[in-house]
Amino acid sequence: MAKNTSSSAFRKIDIDQYNEDNFKEDEAEQSIPTGPDEGEVCALLNQGRYIDALKVVLNNAPVGSANQQIKDNALALTLKVLLAIKSTQIEEAVGNLCLDDIDILMKYIYRGFECPTEGSSGHLLLWHEKAFNIGGSGSIVRVLSDRMKV
Amino acid sequence: MSQTLTFGDSCAPVTCHAWNKDRTQIAFSPNNNEVHIYQKEGNDWKQTNNLVEHDLKVMGIDWAPNTNRIVTCSVDRNAYVWTQGDDGKWTTTLVLLRINRAATCVKWSPMENKFAVGSGARLISICYFEKENNWWVSKHIKKPIRSTVTSIDWHPNNILLVAGSADFKVRVYSAYIKDIEDQPGPNVWGTKLPLGQMLAEFPNSPNGGGWVHSVSFSADGNKVAWVGHDSSINVADATQGKAIIKLKTEYLPFLGCSWVTNNSLVVAGHSCIPLMYCHEGDQIKFVAKLDNTQRKESGGLSAMKKFQSLDRQARIETNDTLLDSIHQNAITSIRIFEGTKANTHKFSTTGLDGQLVIWDLDSLERSIEGLKIV
Repeated sequence: MAKNTSSSAFRKIDIDQYNEDNFKEDEAEQSIPTGPDEGEVCALLNQGRYIDALKVVLNNAPVGSANQQIKDNALALTLKVLLAIKSTQIEEAVGNLCLDDIDILMKYIYRGFECPTEGSSGHLLLWHEKAFNIGGSGSIVRVLSDRMKV
Repeated sequence: MSQTLTFGDSCAPVTCHAWNKDRTQIAFSPNNNEVHIYQKEGNDWKQTNNLVEHDLKVMGIDWAPNTNRIVTCSVDRNAYVWTQGDDGKWTTTLVLLRINRAATCVKWSPMENKFAVGSGARLISICYFEKENNWWVSKHIKKPIRSTVTSIDWHPNNILLVAGSADFKVRVYSAYIKDIEDQPGPNVWGTKLPLGQMLAEFPNSPNGGGWVHSVSFSADGNKVAWVGHDSSINVADATQGKAIIKLKTEYLPFLGCSWVTNNSLVVAGHSCIPLMYCHEGDQIKFVAKLDNTQRKESGGLSAMKKFQSLDRQARIETNDTLLDSIHQNAITSIRIFEGTKANTHKFSTTGLDGQLVIWDLDSLERSIEGLKIV
């Protein structure tokens, strides 16, 4: 095994920067996503069609976008939908989603934990429990391993 | 059903393992720089050799069945080919890999005249024996690998190679060495086959996530399967336009995959249980869990245990860390024990718990409801 040396500064040198064929993220090829339409989602929420609103925000999640502002707006809108749905309705809402949507939902749940508001985390934990029942550990692993963040 | 073996007193993780041709000997590395060889004597396994040549952790072992040669590769950037003398001693030859990062995986080609080594140097070394100089030399496949090669597998035609990498891609290459073999004819993957020609490239996910842990060519060589860190199982069929069929599972990520028939594959990994999946048309379907071990409740003593646990650990529940499976930690490698890739009867798995488990597919098929291997 490598000998112990007192200095570990050498470990912080980025030796890979001198390679010309470094790993680069693939550029997003598709048209720049703009995120869900706030007006449409709010209209659905006002009509009480929460599950439809949830589907709209998840299907239009700007995962490929490089613009943090768009992502933050989509997050705020998604959290609004998630928190608007009552805890008794969560199971039904999650049951209506396809597996790809569950993965995106899981990403938003974790993002929601990052920036909690009053009472949000407890509610998100309920969402997490129901989403986990369907997506299993796999959907949590995909939150961690996916390069496209929400 | 299944048979569990442990070797020696140590319970060190088994990094990788390989069998000899008649499965009476096994070579494995106990997560260090050594390769231990055990031989079956009656019902016991006795250590016959300890191959110590590497300086750092051994990452890959492969045992060529017909020529009875072992190749090992290690984090010390070297690979060695081991040959057995008449006295049973193994002697070693260094292979010139010409890499500046750890070697991560190694596989003999089906005809055993060359082998491939994947490495952290973002390249694959195709190594063959040069008679004139009496040593093993290598040629490199470089482009367009962007990260560590984590896993490789040979096509049955001895020419093509599939490699999975930490840059989230699976690539099929030609590994034709014109110095030692005849010009290959065209196949379903491509027609022009100079060394290093990339014939297919598959991203593990459209979102670019999940490094590839393991790859496997099917027995007929038309299909490639791989598993990634996004807990997915993927199959691409060259006869079906090389479209990727992806199944995202609800389990923890898989570290190994192997075809057991032309349509069925076994995967295993961090969930500690081997699972069988089946490729049908444009779908990958779950078939069965191959490990249905239930933990036995320790009957009469439970009240006493409960108070002991309360007393010692201030816990109300008597929960311990035993898992409901035979493997007690992640499974890191799968090998065919009996049969071929087209028709596997038994396979073996090793993992971080230091156990080796041999799974009998024929008897599992009889005992597990709904398990039909096609």
